[in-house]
Amino acid sequence: MLIRSKSSNDLTENHVTDESVYKDRRQLLKKMGFVGAGALLAQSQSQAFSLFGDDDDEKAFEQRALKHTKSTIYTTDEKLTPEFKVTSHNNFYEFGTGKSDPSSNAQQFKVDPWTIKIEGLVEQPVELGYDDLFSAFDLEERIYRLRCVEAWSMVIPWIGFPLSKLLEKAKPLSSAKYVAFDTLYDPKQMPGQRSRFVGGGVQYPYVEGLTVEEAMNPLALMSVGLYGKTLPPQNGAPIRLVVPWKYGFKSIKSVVRIRLVSSEPPTTWKRLASNEYGFYANVNPAVSHPRWSQARERRITTGGLLDRNRIPTLPFNGYADQVAHLYRSLDLRKFY
Amino acid sequence: MRLKALHILLIKVVIHLAALTPVLLTYWQAVNDQLGGDPVKAIIHFTGLGAVKLLLISLAITPLALRFKQGLLINVRRLLGLYAYFYAVLHLASYLIFELQFEWGLFIKEIIERPYITVGMAAFIILTSLALTSTKSIQRKLGQIWQKLHNWVYLAIILAVVHFYWSVKSGILEPAIYAGLTIILLSFRKQKLSLALKRRAKNKQKLKK
Repeated sequence: MLIRSKSSNDLTENHVTDESVYKDRRQLLKKMGFVGAGALLAQSQSQAFSLFGDDDDEKAFEQRALKHTKSTIYTTDEKLTPEFKVTSHNNFYEFGTGKSDPSSNAQQFKVDPWTIKIEGLVEQPVELGYDDLFSAFDLEERIYRLRCVEAWSMVIPWIGFPLSKLLEKAKPLSSAKYVAFDTLYDPKQMPGQRSRFVGGGVQYPYVEGLTVEEAMNPLALMSVGLYGKTLPPQNGAPIRLVVPWKYGFKSIKSVVRIRLVSSEPPTTWKRLASNEYGFYANVNPAVSHPRWSQARERRITTGGLLDRNRIPTLPFNGYADQVAHLYRSLDLRKFY
Repeated sequence: MRLKALHILLIKVVIHLAALTPVLLTYWQAVNDQLGGDPVKAIIHFTGLGAVKLLLISLAITPLALRFKQGLLINVRRLLGLYAYFYAVLHLASYLIFELQFEWGLFIKEIIERPYITVGMAAFIILTSLALTSTKSIQRKLGQIWQKLHNWVYLAIILAVVHFYWSVKSGILEPAIYAGLTIILLSFRKQKLSLALKRRAKNKQKLKK
């Protein structure tokens, strides 16, 4: 007979961490209140200590290729921002305020089914489902510059259709003066909406707006993809606005509702800090943000720390020919 | 157990390694474009926060030494303070070199015009004067003045935390954690600080008379 003596440090089956607990370990840590201490220890935004990777417990969001034509008008020969930077350096506070938070927290985001409604002061309210987003209009690739209010910029090949086509479908009434956009409100899926600490103290849902004239400008794009594929969640899947002559925060993500209204909608950043962010938010090198200059920007492409990427910022982000006429009667210092 | 000279030496070796390794690793990643979408912002954030963390740790040494009666522990304070300054130098240099890319005019203008940068710069100037007077010989020469000068570190940490709080776009959790730690560490100096304030008030009254 074999007599097995157990030493005190032998492990038995019941010491094994349950798989569900193992897979849920980050959630458990959060529940146990280690987040504060963790945030303190973490070298924010740097990866110096993440030697063990983060890739073992989450499958990346699945993108699929999109049929599209390439625009010959809306393009540029500037160097593109590499795809991995477009999809890993994001401001999407619904998934956390760190630049890499959205790409790490949004991979399980559900985009199908999806409904986007166009309503308010319209003759014919419109509702599009997930499949309609890719079939209701011809999809076109446009290469736009994106200028963030934080003074960095990217060059991105979007895929989408003009916002004007979508609005025309709903036939806006003449009493409609503004267009208001809402991001999905779903605290279950969006940790930033659950906790004001994760979401940066922003009031959700995120709301953005344009004047009807701005919305009907051919530059205003509803995007459903980038780099030839459907949008990943961190970039605003399944459908987002892209208004390239305005600071990035105007280009609202994951839109569920578009309302035609008669007065200026209460837009999110203006509500949060109206001395820093205005309703118009046109890219303007002559008007500083109260805390930094907007005269120049750092263009994010390839190249690391030593890259000389500081370039002058252009009025309306270089799209003055297409949009400057919209603001002829407006004092852009006052209406920033 | 009472810490001995050898233990202090070991602690110093650990401090050197713990302070230098992340710097080398992070700058290496940044130069090779492995630090996310915007390596410049990441570097500035990393060095600035590193300076605050090290300064807080250096401020924790005296209360720890008193509480656990470890007199020799005081010997690691200067090293921590100097590393905090080292991170602050990297922070400011990275802002000038990589963010503004040697636009000197704008550099000066931003320091004067942007309150949060002015505050950060004030903290940096205090830390500079503390670093410059940190050698033993200068400490001896300055005598009582040295301690008075180095009490300014309390103002430096407050300014550094304000600078951080002011620089974020929204969301106050992280700055709030550092503010909380600052308050805790300064509360250990409550007597010292209130005494200094009282003395100042008295001096003022005397002057009035």
